Amino acid sequence: MIDGLRKFGQFREAPSLVALGGIVVVSSLLSPYFFTGTNIKNVLTQVSIIALLAEGEAFVILTGGIDLSLGSVLALVSVLVAGCMKSMNMPVYPAVLVGLCVGTLCGLTSGLLVTRVRIPSFIATLAMMAIARGLALIYSKGVPISMFPPEFRIIAKYVGPVSVLTLIMIAMLVVGQLILSWTRTGQYIRATGGHEEATRYLGVNVDRVKLFAFSFSGFCAAVGGVMLTARMDSAYPNVGQGYELDAIGSAVLGGISFTGGLGSVGGAFMGALVITILGNLLNLLRVSGFYQYVFKGLILAVAALSLSRGVKYAK
Amino acid sequence: MAETRLVEMKGISKSFGAVKALQSVDLELRHHEVLGLVGDNAAGKSTLMKILSGVYAPDGGEIFMEGKKVKFASPADSRRLGIEMIFQDLAIVPNLNIAGNIFLGREPVKSFLGIKILDKRKMIEESRVAVGRLDVDIRSTRLAAAGLSGGQQQAVAVGRAIYFNPPVVIMDEPTAALSVKGIKRVLELVHELKERGIAVILISHRLPNIFAVTDRIVILRTGKRVAEKMTKDTTAEEIIDLMVGMH
Repeated sequence: MIDGLRKFGQFREAPSLVALGGIVVVSSLLSPYFFTGTNIKNVLTQVSIIALLAEGEAFVILTGGIDLSLGSVLALVSVLVAGCMKSMNMPVYPAVLVGLCVGTLCGLTSGLLVTRVRIPSFIATLAMMAIARGLALIYSKGVPISMFPPEFRIIAKYVGPVSVLTLIMIAMLVVGQLILSWTRTGQYIRATGGHEEATRYLGVNVDRVKLFAFSFSGFCAAVGGVMLTARMDSAYPNVGQGYELDAIGSAVLGGISFTGGLGSVGGAFMGALVITILGNLLNLLRVSGFYQYVFKGLILAVAALSLSRGVKYAK
Repeated sequence: MAETRLVEMKGISKSFGAVKALQSVDLELRHHEVLGLVGDNAAGKSTLMKILSGVYAPDGGEIFMEGKKVKFASPADSRRLGIEMIFQDLAIVPNLNIAGNIFLGREPVKSFLGIKILDKRKMIEESRVAVGRLDVDIRSTRLAAAGLSGGQQQAVAVGRAIYFNPPVVIMDEPTAALSVKGIKRVLELVHELKERGIAVILISHRLPNIFAVTDRIVILRTGKRVAEKMTKDTTAEEIIDLMVGMH
């Protein structure tokens, strides 16, 4: 039994699974409303957007970098899609397509800043964070855009017990994990994070791998932006501030190693669930949202501590 | 009658900013020979081999393989032409498993619904065969490389280099961090490679190793080729003099 536990502890995702179990138990005990159908529906809807951002973040952190721009890219895509539908009278699908392309391009630009201009990803994405936010504000003139055609609002509708948002999230998570586990690109993403120099020496085009990771991250932020706009039926240029912290926190909590190379999309999802449920619990208990920050910080620190023990590297 | 050389590097120059790492260096490698490349620190040995393995592009000079001119845009090109390198730090990726390390950059793939996915079963099985030949105790190639001992990691690095039966293997200071037993195994390995018909370039500034296994020695000093000696016709003292410049 101890052996089994030890084996379980070897998995990067173990802390987040334990935390998830813990917070579900604590929440059920502290609030009678937690395990109700309505509340579970709420949680699954709320987690969908953070889970998307956490997935994008995971891809970049796995290569050994970081992406601070996801919240801003989400906002930019949100106002762009909204503006295309409202002021340019574009039909829904082309508008969404424009948004997805712009988000991916933002990611690609961050990637080019890292691989061609050779700026560290922290700085490059910090710059993109500011630029994307600025562009969102300029485009929307600082004013929210709302009231979209019904075909667009389908994205936030419920199909039986589950919302389309949750379905999109599940689809994206599955695709992401499949890419990581079963393609050469996924292999190279992890190799780059684990030992970038060796990976280059063996002939892998590491720059192209990083460009893919950043572009995918931008794409995830774009999908998140479309989803959030549908859910709120509005696009606010100031939306998403602080989301990258949730995304990074989810990823680290879920076992994505900060030095790169270790972790999975499933782990990032569980991290996102823990953070979302924590927020949900505090709402149900009518506790001030400010406490969330303290709890999130504590969870992050404990998770990082428990995940860095017993890690042996050959280098 | 001139035999075609396996590898010929002619007039190779390389600078890093103001530092002239290599100045018009020639190097040739004959089929089936073990060539020792020696020189003091910063003589340019590693730089020259990194040019041959495609990591750096030379500023000047040309490279020929089997008489045909070649140009390497990246290490992938040189590996494709059969030049493999075993790096000083082994270049093992700790978070990939053994199979992943052995096939890094050249993974076998299969088609699934029109997409190319990793053929993981082939990777696990083939890599088990590859390390099995090297007489190390590795129970499963699913194991992450991070948990391996130094000797096991070395086996993985070697298995990776020889899996596709390359004509050329470059070994860069392979014994630098090894125990006595480890060094002995490396030297035995060089003999094995030679028996398999693989030509080896051995970079080392440990002269006992050079004298134990090489056929010919090329000496570099501050970026220039200063001499070439047949191993059996020279002595350690002579080589040291040439390395250091008191001749």
